[in-house]
Amino acid sequence: MPKRVGMEVSLAASEAACAADADLIAAYPITPQTHIVEHLSELVADGKLDAEFVPVESEHSAISVCVGSSAAGARTFTATSSQGLALMHEILFIAPALRTPIVMVVANRALSGPISIWNDHSDIMAERDVGWIQTFAENGQEVFDLVIHAFKVAEDPEVLLPIMVNLDGFTLSHVVEPIEILSASEVSQYLKPYKPQMVLDPKKPVTMGPVGMPEVYTEARWQIESLLRGSKKVVVRAWKEFSKHYGRTYKPIETYRTRGADVILITMGSVTETAMTAVDGMREKGIKVGLVRFRLWRPFPIEELKRAVTGVKVLAVMDRAISYGGQGGPVFTEVRSALYGQSGQLQVFGFVAGLGGRDITAAMFEQMVKKAIRYAKKGKGPLYELMGVRER
Amino acid sequence: MIEIRVHGRGGQGAVTSTELIALAAINEGKYAQAFPSFGPERRGAPVTAFARIADKPIRTRERVYKPDIVVVLDPTILKIVDVTAGLKKNGLVILNTSKSEEEVRKAFGIKAKMAVVDATGVAMKHLGRPITNTTMLGALISATGVVDIKSMNTPLKERFGGPIAEKNISAMQQAYEQTQ
Repeated sequence: MPKRVGMEVSLAASEAACAADADLIAAYPITPQTHIVEHLSELVADGKLDAEFVPVESEHSAISVCVGSSAAGARTFTATSSQGLALMHEILFIAPALRTPIVMVVANRALSGPISIWNDHSDIMAERDVGWIQTFAENGQEVFDLVIHAFKVAEDPEVLLPIMVNLDGFTLSHVVEPIEILSASEVSQYLKPYKPQMVLDPKKPVTMGPVGMPEVYTEARWQIESLLRGSKKVVVRAWKEFSKHYGRTYKPIETYRTRGADVILITMGSVTETAMTAVDGMREKGIKVGLVRFRLWRPFPIEELKRAVTGVKVLAVMDRAISYGGQGGPVFTEVRSALYGQSGQLQVFGFVAGLGGRDITAAMFEQMVKKAIRYAKKGKGPLYELMGVRER
Repeated sequence: MIEIRVHGRGGQGAVTSTELIALAAINEGKYAQAFPSFGPERRGAPVTAFARIADKPIRTRERVYKPDIVVVLDPTILKIVDVTAGLKKNGLVILNTSKSEEEVRKAFGIKAKMAVVDATGVAMKHLGRPITNTTMLGALISATGVVDIKSMNTPLKERFGGPIAEKNISAMQQAYEQTQ
């Protein structure tokens, strides 16, 4: 029987990597991710996890070690945040090209400057296009489950791509809450040992990561694109199988009270729980509002999104990052683009909130919905709106 | 849902106290969250930590703005922080003080419901150190019954282990009995 325990969410991420029997962890501590790797180093030192723990000198090295280890056939885990993720940037592109199924937890945090250790999604949105599968957790239970699921998907012979599991730094990572922890033997019924298709082995030399001449580069990049798009069916299949084993059901897009809704709020991450409370409050006041949440962000679940908002007239999309000089936050622009030409009546409005740890409240979600309704009545709104910004 | 805010100084275990009460509630089958005021920690500086306890899953990630209960680990905090800020109507303030309730009310103009205990005295007797977080948990449970006092034993033992856990349990127990 799974154990229901009170646990800091960071530690649940480590426990998941442990229950998945990771072979190698290479990581560098950075707030607010530090507790994850700290706990993993304890688990290895205490003999609870039989893995190589490589305490590297930077995140660039962490991800480089992970690529090498995964190429050698080891089940590989790491975790980082913010500036650390940014420092990994150049290697992040290489991991999918080498078909290394690394699992990385990102405790989402703002990027400098000014220096901020607090939560938003600017770190992950800057790595949106690196060719990794990307999921977002809402609570501690989901963090644990998504890490297990990530290994299952990444190592599937049809996929063999790396995955980032995102969780909100501090707002989720540093919260103690009830979580059902699966043991290694329970996880092993779902997650089988990693069987690499091709490994770096001195006895059987192969080249991984050669130069891509103009004659092959396009095809190599197309391969990653096709694999990433094709991974969605494996992502969904692995969630269905997860549900059969452990009873918790996950989908690429989650909906809440969307039936009969005129307006839908779109969110990602842990603030979705606050948004649910806001939706309940607004429904009581007679506002016909529902909620849609992205759990899967890459590959972008376009069909699921379309289904979730069918018949809705107004969307209020929340972002946790600014796209400087762009046309609004990344979630907003992608949602609007995905739905372009779907229905002449649909109006989509963007809101950026909760930058660098600014608290997102239920009242703020209600403001977003009310603003979107007002703009829709007028038939126009601002390019996007930065909630609560003080201009003087 | 009950929302708790703990005031202390960095190093006094405010965060630990909220974690312990949440763990006890979760072990009772309830739902709970415990979290610090996010950010860098400085020893000696005023800090706050938060807990939520409920019978149903908790669907919010907001900070705690309107606590039902405020716990003050360190009496000197009263001079620099308005510990009653945002306190709900009929909310309760639980103070570590060697003074009487009337004296504190007079000195700091606190009108809210109040419970007091000399937690520093109790902690010095049992732990030999003025660390009042676990002692104040005894006061919190005595004044509110938010969890069963017996539910604290397992989290305390798991956190501190052996004789240190026992000392903390006795300090908590004495405060539980003496809180007024």
